[in-house]
Amino acid sequence: MLRLVVRRLLQLIPTLLGLSVLLFLWLNRLPGGPASAILGERATPTEVARINRALGLDQPVWVQYGRFLKRIFQLDLGTSTKTGQPVWDEFALRFPATVELSIAAMLIAVVVGVPLGYLAAKRRGGWLDVASVSGSLLGICVPVFFLALILKGIFAVELGIFPSYGRLSTGIDATEVTGFAILDGVLTGELDAAWDAIVHLVLPAVTLSSIPLAVIVRMTRASVLEVLGEDYVRTAESKGLEKSVVRVRHVLRNALLPVVTAVGLLTGSLLSGAVLTESVFAFGGIGSFIKDAIDARDYPVLVGFIMFIAMVYVVINLLVDLAYSLIDPRVRVN
Amino acid sequence: MRILKSRAVRAVTAALAVGMIATGCASERGKDGDKGGDKDTFVFAGAGDPGSLDPALASDGETFRVTRQAFEALLEHESGGSKLVGGLAETWSSNPAGTVWTFNLRKGVKFHDGEAFNAAAVCANYDHWFNWTGTYQSSAVSYYWQSIMGGFKKNEDKEAPKPNYKSCTAKDENTAVIEVHEPSANLPGGFSLQALAIHSPKAVKEYEKQAASGKGDAITYPKYSQEAGTVAGTGPYKIVKWNKGNKEVSLERFDDYWGDKAKVKNLVFRTIATEEGRRQALQAGDIDGYDLVSPADVKTLEKEGFQVPTRDVFNIFYVGMTQEKNPALKKPQVRQAIAHAIDRENIVKTQLPEGGKAATQFMPDTVAGWSDKVPTYPFDTNKAKQLLAAAGESKLKIEFCYPTEVTRPYMPAPQDIFELMKSDLEKAGITVTPKPMKWAPDYLDATEAGACALHMLGWTGDFNDGYNFIGTWFAEYDKQWGFKDPAVFSAVTAASKETDPAKRVEAYKAANEKIMAYLPGLPISSSPPAIAFGKNVNPPKVSPLTQENFAEVSFK
Repeated sequence: MLRLVVRRLLQLIPTLLGLSVLLFLWLNRLPGGPASAILGERATPTEVARINRALGLDQPVWVQYGRFLKRIFQLDLGTSTKTGQPVWDEFALRFPATVELSIAAMLIAVVVGVPLGYLAAKRRGGWLDVASVSGSLLGICVPVFFLALILKGIFAVELGIFPSYGRLSTGIDATEVTGFAILDGVLTGELDAAWDAIVHLVLPAVTLSSIPLAVIVRMTRASVLEVLGEDYVRTAESKGLEKSVVRVRHVLRNALLPVVTAVGLLTGSLLSGAVLTESVFAFGGIGSFIKDAIDARDYPVLVGFIMFIAMVYVVINLLVDLAYSLIDPRVRVN
Repeated sequence: MRILKSRAVRAVTAALAVGMIATGCASERGKDGDKGGDKDTFVFAGAGDPGSLDPALASDGETFRVTRQAFEALLEHESGGSKLVGGLAETWSSNPAGTVWTFNLRKGVKFHDGEAFNAAAVCANYDHWFNWTGTYQSSAVSYYWQSIMGGFKKNEDKEAPKPNYKSCTAKDENTAVIEVHEPSANLPGGFSLQALAIHSPKAVKEYEKQAASGKGDAITYPKYSQEAGTVAGTGPYKIVKWNKGNKEVSLERFDDYWGDKAKVKNLVFRTIATEEGRRQALQAGDIDGYDLVSPADVKTLEKEGFQVPTRDVFNIFYVGMTQEKNPALKKPQVRQAIAHAIDRENIVKTQLPEGGKAATQFMPDTVAGWSDKVPTYPFDTNKAKQLLAAAGESKLKIEFCYPTEVTRPYMPAPQDIFELMKSDLEKAGITVTPKPMKWAPDYLDATEAGACALHMLGWTGDFNDGYNFIGTWFAEYDKQWGFKDPAVFSAVTAASKETDPAKRVEAYKAANEKIMAYLPGLPISSSPPAIAFGKNVNPPKVSPLTQENFAEVSFK
């Protein structure tokens, strides 16, 4: 198992190197640069040239790439051209919000999606099945951005049940320990702050969960339907095993295998959904920061972020494989 | 099945319970607004995060909006207007040559850190800026110092402007004398800029210990500028916290303030990037006011009982004609034809908020130097056709760039405005090739590099001086316009060098008349930017320069 983990982590190195070359070439081909984003309407050719010189953007792309590689080996992602702060600091400041949001969204998707998919399959053709299949289709079709606006319009603006933006209310003076607002509230005993963070999380998390929820419902349903027809389920039932044991140990356990893979991949893709959700709810996570970075051609932030996401994907895939082997001993690599 | 059923039921029950508790709790919050009904906190939303808590390092409005409440400059603009009045200096004067500026300072002023304000404090700041080295000399960091005072004691970049600042002397405790090498149109207006606001000398010493670092390929802003603690000004509020994660800067009333104390104890600026998001937050009662209101929202908000005052106009929106990009534009008749072809009144009527005005020259009529004698080009499609025919350009084809995904105070809906202009131009027989581009950096880069034959842009003034408008574009050759006309350039430059204020205004008028006779581009309109406040708020006087003083705010 350890060998698997080490090998997979080592695979990261060529992956990230290849990605960094592609990224550099891509960024180099984009029109414009950070200078006019910094100066806005006030940009003049002389000022733009001066800023480009100060940022080293007047040098050939291979020189810039070499400098970037050198920094990476020192575990330094550079400095954001927009905020003038180290990229690591910016990430550390904003990642907890996005992670909190993604976990909440995934929790909603799994806790609601798996039982719903299972029940839909068990009662195939029934109202619950029809409702969950059509509901999930809607979940996939409706753009996250649109759903966010609708939810906000109804629950924040019209009904005033949830806050319309942000991570914490103004006036809540929360002590920061880990940067995870809910966890910090619990750790420091500031339960009102933890509660406030939960209330702020509801609408964005529900929005962000829409696509994974829909996918999980459909996958669980399809997978359970498939497993229900397998010989071993019939055998188990005919052996007179208790129904609950058959359903949990035989049906659900096997049906969950593809779902676990999907959960892994969906978790990675949540980060891109977070860009839109966080923008609508002014959530202050990495998503909205990246959107700003794209607008400002903030190269160090973009490169750092994409490399980081690639790393997250690899790690999540690794975790998925490990989870897989726990659920189904047959796929244990060793 | 029993187990699963009971688990499922338990899960659903738990989810419902959490939902209901959340709803219950949040409903309570909803009733009183985000602030729990307390009238001690005023929350205002802007569109972007501030970049720094030291305004000297900034050049953007979002930063200045926050720092303006905490830092004061020697001069300022009258509340709600654009007239220059005393700030930290009660009165000021200059020698006839405009090179020696004497400031009689206000007495009894304290900084937030307890230090006393005096002439030495003023000089400590100006000398601090003048002595900047390394990364601080990048125009990304010290844009305003360089545009007002030129370069530094020792310019490290040969492209940096020649220093115009000479010295600052504390003649006595309450008299500061600032000398410059040459008279400048940027003075005295520049003394009112937030970027030149006065900080406590103790804070300045701390600032100096923390150089902005640059590793050759990046600019890192110093730590003091990123977290409250060190910065200290003299304003009615002091900055107490910058929570970047929650996109929020918190300020607290400064009880030792020399002037009228702030009416509300806490002032919070939050960032909500989208127009829609800011409006909804106000409607939901989560904030008490916001800026950059979409003109389309003004009526809706007013109907709902919100207050949406509009500021006096202090901006200009224009169509740039880049002669080097399309040779036909070199012919005066073609430029005149374009001017006659575009129905500016219609744009104002249909696209701008109430109070918008069609422009006749490259500055709004609120700026000293605006002339009522400039040549005008009234909307007349037939005349446009005749001029094109006379120029031999009846089949003119022209590329027209416009920005997407952006609203500016002077240009609320670029795409809609572009469509109107396109249709006007086509009626006059001009074939328009639309070139939509993302605002930053694509569009800004393209226009600045002169890559668009026609494009639309604008400007909001920093202070009330004509040079702040026309000097920006027409003092010398600029790729954006792509023309060289010594008569226009020298008229603008001469006006900026005139030290007698009355004569300078006359010189600006003459320059405006020359510019409009030459017609390098077409000024379209001036637009009054709106700002929104909650129903229970007594708003501050709104400022044409978007320099609202939030110490004036109170709750009803």
